[in-house]
Amino acid sequence: MRRFLRPGHDPARERLKRDLFQFNKTVEHGFPHQPSALGYSPSLRILAIGTRSGAIKLYGAPGVEFMGLHRENNAVVQIHFLPGQCQLVTLLDDNSLHLWSLKVKGGVSELQEDESFTLRGPPGAAPSATQITVVLPHSSCQLLYLGTESGSVFVVQLPAFRALEDQTISSDAVLQRLPEEVRHRRAFEMVEALQEHPRDPKQILIGYSRGLVVIWDLQGSCVLCHFLSSQQLENVCWQRDGHLIVSCHSDGSYCQWPVSSDTLQPEPLHSCVPYGPFPCKAITKIFWLTTKQGLPFTIFQGGMPRASYGDRHCISVIHNGQQTAFDFTSRVIDFTVLIEANPEAALDDPYALVVLAEEELVVIDLQTAGWPPVQPPYLASLHCSAITCSHHVSNIPLKLWERIIAAGSRQNTHFSTMEWPIDGGTSLAPAPPQRDLLLTGHEDGTVRFWDASGVCLRLLYKLSTVRVFLTDTDPNESLSAQGEDEWPPLRKVGSFDPYSDDPRLGIQKIFLCRYSGYLAVAGTAGQVLVLELNDEAAEHAVEQVEADLLQDQEGYRWKGHERLCARPGPVHFEPGFQPFVLVQCQPPAVVTSLALHSEWRLVAFGTSHGFGLFDHQQRRQVFVKCTLHPNDQLALEGPLSRVKSLKKSLRQSFRRIRRSRVSSRKRRPAGPPGEVQEGSSRAERTGLQNMELAPVQRKIEARSAEDSFTGFVRTLYFADTYLRDSSRHCPSLWAGTNGGTVYAFALRVPPAERRMDEPVRAEQAKEIQLMHRAPVVGILVLDGHSVPLPEPLEVAHDLSKSPDMQGSHQLLVVSEEQFKVFALPKVSARLKLKLTALEGSRVRRVSAARFGSCRAEDYGEHHLAVLTNLGDIQVVSLPLLKPQVRYSCIRREDVSGIASCVFTKYGQGFYLISPSEFERFSLSTKWLVEPRCLVDSAETKNHSRPRDGSGPEKASGKARNSGSQSDGEERRSGPVMEHALLNDERVLKEIQSTLEGDRGSCGDWRSQRVAVGYGLSNGGGCS
Amino acid sequence: MSRRHPHGAGSGCLDPTVAVKSTFGAEFRRFSLERSKPGKFKEFYGLPQHVHKIPNVDILVSYADIHGDVLPINNDANYHKAVSAANPLLRIFIQKKEEADYSAFGTGTLIKKKNVLTKLFRPDKQRKKPHIVISMPQDFRPVSSIIDVDILPETHRRVRLYKYGTEEHLGFYIQDGSSVRVTPHGLEKVPGIFISRLVPGGLAQSTGLLAVNDEVLEVNGTEVSGKSLDQVADMMIANSHDLTITVRPANQRNNIIRKSQTSGSSG
Repeated sequence: MRRFLRPGHDPARERLKRDLFQFNKTVEHGFPHQPSALGYSPSLRILAIGTRSGAIKLYGAPGVEFMGLHRENNAVVQIHFLPGQCQLVTLLDDNSLHLWSLKVKGGVSELQEDESFTLRGPPGAAPSATQITVVLPHSSCQLLYLGTESGSVFVVQLPAFRALEDQTISSDAVLQRLPEEVRHRRAFEMVEALQEHPRDPKQILIGYSRGLVVIWDLQGSCVLCHFLSSQQLENVCWQRDGHLIVSCHSDGSYCQWPVSSDTLQPEPLHSCVPYGPFPCKAITKIFWLTTKQGLPFTIFQGGMPRASYGDRHCISVIHNGQQTAFDFTSRVIDFTVLIEANPEAALDDPYALVVLAEEELVVIDLQTAGWPPVQPPYLASLHCSAITCSHHVSNIPLKLWERIIAAGSRQNTHFSTMEWPIDGGTSLAPAPPQRDLLLTGHEDGTVRFWDASGVCLRLLYKLSTVRVFLTDTDPNESLSAQGEDEWPPLRKVGSFDPYSDDPRLGIQKIFLCRYSGYLAVAGTAGQVLVLELNDEAAEHAVEQVEADLLQDQEGYRWKGHERLCARPGPVHFEPGFQPFVLVQCQPPAVVTSLALHSEWRLVAFGTSHGFGLFDHQQRRQVFVKCTLHPNDQLALEGPLSRVKSLKKSLRQSFRRIRRSRVSSRKRRPAGPPGEVQEGSSRAERTGLQNMELAPVQRKIEARSAEDSFTGFVRTLYFADTYLRDSSRHCPSLWAGTNGGTVYAFALRVPPAERRMDEPVRAEQAKEIQLMHRAPVVGILVLDGHSVPLPEPLEVAHDLSKSPDMQGSHQLLVVSEEQFKVFALPKVSARLKLKLTALEGSRVRRVSAARFGSCRAEDYGEHHLAVLTNLGDIQVVSLPLLKPQVRYSCIRREDVSGIASCVFTKYGQGFYLISPSEFERFSLSTKWLVEPRCLVDSAETKNHSRPRDGSGPEKASGKARNSGSQSDGEERRSGPVMEHALLNDERVLKEIQSTLEGDRGSCGDWRSQRVAVGYGLSNGGGCS
Repeated sequence: MSRRHPHGAGSGCLDPTVAVKSTFGAEFRRFSLERSKPGKFKEFYGLPQHVHKIPNVDILVSYADIHGDVLPINNDANYHKAVSAANPLLRIFIQKKEEADYSAFGTGTLIKKKNVLTKLFRPDKQRKKPHIVISMPQDFRPVSSIIDVDILPETHRRVRLYKYGTEEHLGFYIQDGSSVRVTPHGLEKVPGIFISRLVPGGLAQSTGLLAVNDEVLEVNGTEVSGKSLDQVADMMIANSHDLTITVRPANQRNNIIRKSQTSGSSG
């Protein structure tokens, strides 16, 4: 039997497979998880973000993206672009420096790591002596000044990172060149600031944490000026003309110091505590920027009154009597101000403030009055509220696309009209061949519509279902809370808001019909909403219906959450998707499956108790079916997680107690009593560790009808097929449960002219019980040509050939364990492919997709894209169920990544690599969305200084990407992003030890990338 | 008196009653049953107890079929079979359960020249000539078997578990562990999957062929090395209706010793 399941070795088929399938991880969409550093190149106009897992991501104009990963997986602490170059230096938290460059290869830029370096002190020196605190790339691009914790400034030469020991500026050397009265004070400690003179590359400023700032002459090795403040120094800003220095301090104050060669120790011109007089937190970074109007911009981070606003994450902007403290939703990692890039220009003229917060990137337009935020075209915070589900719709008709964009643009009026200011590089990727939507459902009851056609995942429209329900907090209250004369003048910016008013609002299932604009969304408390796209605002009541899924079952008591309370009376809805029907399942268990048929105007929904069919044209329930097994008590307990987690946590705590007892008893006899105490506490620790590593037992038991949650409805599917006899086809509804049961209902939908007069009728026609009782995860009907039936209305819009109704239809039932094809209408088994019995992997996601050939324009095949619980992606042929290809894609431990995966209809897919990032992958040779871009330092208007003689190097780079680094150099470690997300060494080791098999496949994957090259990209139009 | 009686003592096959000769130890009794309505096994079970006056003794009932084989009567099916096949005399043998000797059952046991009852009463004699033993006759469905003895190394055991319907439990647990393998580089510790627990009364325990700490090597012909615990568990569950697992028993003393080329499926 197995012999026949092995992939054949037909050379023609193998060749065709190469034309059809290929696996690539192409782009990471969204906001980097745990960002830790920000860098910006004014000359390249490119932004860099480093993360705690050692990734750096570069962003320029929309579509220009690069990604690199440090092999060490250590947090990136600082990023500095070399002035005017396509090069950047990163500092990691292991004190290593790395030089990266963008190099052009094959017409596109690519990010590569060139060198790495760790600063070594003299033998015997304390490690802190060389702990780098500040990095200053010199404008010559050949030197790097490194301020350290010991107070010394080391110099290394680029690009080879050669330490120039004779040029080290030790704190002793500085001390000797200071006048007596300063020298006796311990003014040193670590270097907090290093700045090059804006006009004179021979001078640098060194700021020490105790408050001393000196201007050092590099040629004469002497102190030109020094400034001494009474407070701990945090940072320094040097005005563009070099005549003024602004320092900020730990007490929340900042001081201005004039720079002139005649007075050796000037007094501050001005010193103030902006949010005094009560104790304030430190100002950690400050910008002092000149403008045409003469009045400077003062922009600083922190400095808030400690007692009342110490917990806020603020950046204040002061200009021309106006002052605003932008209040961010999460910790500010770093910020920068976009200013005039030409160093020769006399004024800074800042135009935008770029703030990297822990959970989002915020850009503020400083030129428009009121300083409105600018909507970023990328780096969207996908996790503003946690993502609970996602749904992908390929090839959206232009009409619907424009209407969604129009609805969305009305929601974005508070954004600035400024063009996106970070616009370096050129995207060479061809325009996306079709319009794709990715819909994400969130915990707070919103659905976000993303443009997923290209490299940039852009928010088009946001739908909130909250208005339909009565919740504790009134949505209108929170917005207008801020008064006019408040002090400090706080202003909330950003969209990150992880707190949900009510977890029941969470969206669990989404279904959008791209032709009719009907949308169905279903949530945690059994609510199912049917929405229609309306270009006008409207006020209407939402019709409410209750669907009692328990029907005649007696004696059950739902112990979970209550159902949501709908808002009575008419509700005002913005233009966009407006709900008109609300079906509430009873008991209000989470909706586990949803299907919408826009042609028949029917919506089907299922929970752990049963499923129902609703006619949203007549607003009438057609039928409900209870799938609950009479013995299944757990299904009634409430949300699944509660039951499971309680059981698990109880078991774990028992295990912990037992372990710690055993290990402490073992330890006791050893050593004197004093040590026992310590020993037992250590034993407890090891006990805890052992507890985590304690062997897990798995019970081997056949599935039985009495297992829990067998009634859980996993999948619903509408099909126009031969259900009763082979001569007449009719509308049908198919439902698959967790217990391996498939129910088929024959439907009678009245013709369009009598649609409102006659009721829709349904009658159960078939019931299939899979012998192995594994959960049914997919149902699909294939037409006479073995092509999946088209979507509703697809044929009517001439976008699809009508299905072949002549030949015999086949039913494909995919369970977690096997694929099975049945002939219709008899439902006799034709063939099957066992997956779990042979490999031990289970199907998690399955979707039919059309794979186009990269050679023949109009050739394509329909196959199944399958994701297993081991994170493998397979393609299984239709209708013969032969495995075609297999790639390892997601780590098997990444349960949330596997659960979040969605496939597109053309062989691409998305999954979450962190709460805020989608990885896009492609199985197709033809449909490949990946960044292809060019960044060239020569094209920009800068300018390393002529006097340096070096001139702008013709360095340019090559793009992308996710650790592709396919040039085969030995330093390339080919890292995979998700691996980097695990910082915990122990966990990593554990994974490594269990994943021997994955090593090989990871290598395979890389070699595949190499073979792909960059010649392939988004293929032509769809056919 | 315990010798075989020639057939044909009764009349034709269409006799509506079946004469029964019941032998218990040295004594025998006769009674009759209605051929068309033999009733249930439970009702029949009381008859021999009654006629031999051993009302509260658990007994094992067996009969001689037309081929001379001694077969048990312990459920409705084989009881009906015995009654319908009686030609016309049904000879049954009663043993006390505690003294029962299951090895007497099997093909050709009665045909052989040896007297059945001497065998029943003097089992020590039987050791000289071991029989091919069929498993416990409580139920004639096979529950488990050791297979492929001829192709596996002696240290391994391939066990096939038969599961009927959903009322029975396979009843065992597996967990990760490590085992020692001989490799070209000497002894090496490698991760393995082990049976960690048998559920009392479960199928796995009742077979006696699987034990705690047995290392699982294959599941239905697929090697488990390199697979995770979850994978192996899922494979076993997916194959649970007809599960064949190859184990290396922790206790190597009960291995089947091959003398010569025996048949593929012994046992």
